[in-house]
Amino acid sequence: MPPSPDADAAALPAAGARLAVAASMSVPASSASKRKLGVVFWIAVAWICLVVVMAVFAGLLPIDGPDNLSYLSKLGSSFSHPFGTDELGRDLFSRVIFGSRVSLEVGFGSIFLGLVAGGFAGLIAGYMRGIFDAVTSAVANVILSFPALLLLITVAAFWGRAWWKITLIIAIIATAPLFYVVRSSTISFAGRDFVLAARTMGASRWRIVTREILPNVMPAAISFGLIGVAIAIVAEGTLSFLGLSVAAPTPSWGNIIAEGQSSTAASDPWIWIWPTLIMFMTLLALNIAGDRLQRFFDVREGRL
Amino acid sequence: MTVSDPATAPQSAATAAPRPGPGGIAAAPLPPGLFHDGAVLTVEHLVVEFPAPRGRRVHAVSDVSFDVRDGETLGLVGESGCGKSTTGRAIIRVDRPTSGRVVFDGTELTALGPEALRRARTRIQLIFQDPISSLNPRRRVRDIVAEPLAIWQRGTPAEREQRVRDAITAVGLDYDAAADRRPHEFSGGQCQRISIARALMLDPKVVICDEPVSALDVSVQAQILNLLEDMKARYGLTLLFIAHDLAVVRNISDRVAVMYLGRLCELGPSDDVYARPAHPYTVALLASIPEPDPAAARNVTPIAGDIPSPIDPPSGCRFRTRCPFAQQRCTDEVPPLTAIGPERFVACHFPLATSGPRSSAGSAGSSPEPAPPIQVDTPPTAP
Repeated sequence: MPPSPDADAAALPAAGARLAVAASMSVPASSASKRKLGVVFWIAVAWICLVVVMAVFAGLLPIDGPDNLSYLSKLGSSFSHPFGTDELGRDLFSRVIFGSRVSLEVGFGSIFLGLVAGGFAGLIAGYMRGIFDAVTSAVANVILSFPALLLLITVAAFWGRAWWKITLIIAIIATAPLFYVVRSSTISFAGRDFVLAARTMGASRWRIVTREILPNVMPAAISFGLIGVAIAIVAEGTLSFLGLSVAAPTPSWGNIIAEGQSSTAASDPWIWIWPTLIMFMTLLALNIAGDRLQRFFDVREGRL
Repeated sequence: MTVSDPATAPQSAATAAPRPGPGGIAAAPLPPGLFHDGAVLTVEHLVVEFPAPRGRRVHAVSDVSFDVRDGETLGLVGESGCGKSTTGRAIIRVDRPTSGRVVFDGTELTALGPEALRRARTRIQLIFQDPISSLNPRRRVRDIVAEPLAIWQRGTPAEREQRVRDAITAVGLDYDAAADRRPHEFSGGQCQRISIARALMLDPKVVICDEPVSALDVSVQAQILNLLEDMKARYGLTLLFIAHDLAVVRNISDRVAVMYLGRLCELGPSDDVYARPAHPYTVALLASIPEPDPAAARNVTPIAGDIPSPIDPPSGCRFRTRCPFAQQRCTDEVPPLTAIGPERFVACHFPLATSGPRSSAGSAGSSPEPAPPIQVDTPPTAP
């Protein structure tokens, strides 16, 4: 049989072009911007990348060590000390960069672990339902009902303050919301006809979960995860501010801010303003990136 | 195709002893001639029930029996919620049948274990109503269409690509333009073409089309129906075509089965059923087909009321609550499927048209044939 010469089949590119024309005729600006992530998103991503690169290569940067004491430097900013020095004469710029290591390690590390554990459980619970879903949901509920910060403080106080311990605690707390996001997203996709089609074609459960559902769940998980990273950084910063995270002299954003508020440093607010500002910008960037990503994928979903 | 000898039919009335189904549904004996020799798909006393809140049950499909002969198209019609889609899904055991048997090509699907079912099911494929939902939005068209082959590891990558190319071309899409795109870049009609291409990859014997054109524009409906007809002829398919649109079904089906609230009302050759409907519900359905001519006289009042809840279906004949001819017997007894002519079956205590005591209603059946709104035979012209 020759392919029937019908409208929507004869010329795909032509059909696409017609669609594009129709779209541009109706609402050109909004339809165009809806499909893009936008400049703000890329600025946010660039900032996150900058912070991460600086943290990773902090040792190679032409800056003082975070524990170098230079008694001769003034407190205020100068060419060699762009953020100035703290009350002990340590370069603040260096301390903020080295301090970001702890924040980023804990932030990204805990969410990565939480996403792997919570995501895996969420996928299986959402697709299989039944007893596994009931049990994992109950566990997630229990985790969610702990007051997170109190739990963190208590565990950090009694268990220890190594960065990996903080990471692990935050990861466990983060597992529950990440589990729920992945689970609910999985449930909604598992009911779609393409999953049923895969079943009738004979795909195994593993194949359905990894090939059909996972790619659809990933965007939501990652955009939510970025926001999770911001929350985890705040949690670490709070612990650190309270002196319950990494011990001095290792810098972290939280303990630099805390030191900036001590009585001897009170004369120079920049000591806590700089780390606060960098932390704020990073959190903002993470939130914007996560939020834009979420909206971007929502729009794509909405088009379907 | 001749009417089979009951003794040799895969599931004849003689061998199918009435079995009481759950929920108090006693399977009625089947009329002789309902099943045929060489039927590729036989559905026998199919019951599908779903649990409902407070221990009640949704009677989605109640004691439905029919068969589909090799190479034919059986239309399964009824209004929304009548169980026609559930019937289709129960055949491939996507919805688990509560009781009853489904025999496909000599294999009893309802008796298979998971792995055997997985293998047997490849030869029955499903095409869905929502073409966009039936394609994974995150995968490229070439991967979607190749997926059945990838699952079963058939052929080398080069052979697979060639088969995908052939299938996509066969359904009327340009392979080079379509292969690397994702479903959201296509229209509903194009997505349905991709679904059809995918369904054909495993060389199915039977394709269950679950309202494949209901979500499409009327102009595109005809194209997809044409395509299905072409594919059927080209690949020797047998179609179970589920739809609520009688005009669509009429054009594509050799035989029509009418369902109402989980039960089969009427079964017969399309032209015969459309010309002389025997079940009052079929009459009402036919009367609901829009008449293109506004001046045409409409001599049938539409049936009143809503479809009753399948959780608590009416006793006896399920259509009795809306039937203009209902009598006491309709409340007391479930009308069995009865032969009223060659290849004609109806589940009604007082069938119309053939017995003729109710000429007033018979006029509805003998009214001029409703012109279908879709002219499937006319090839659509490209704009």
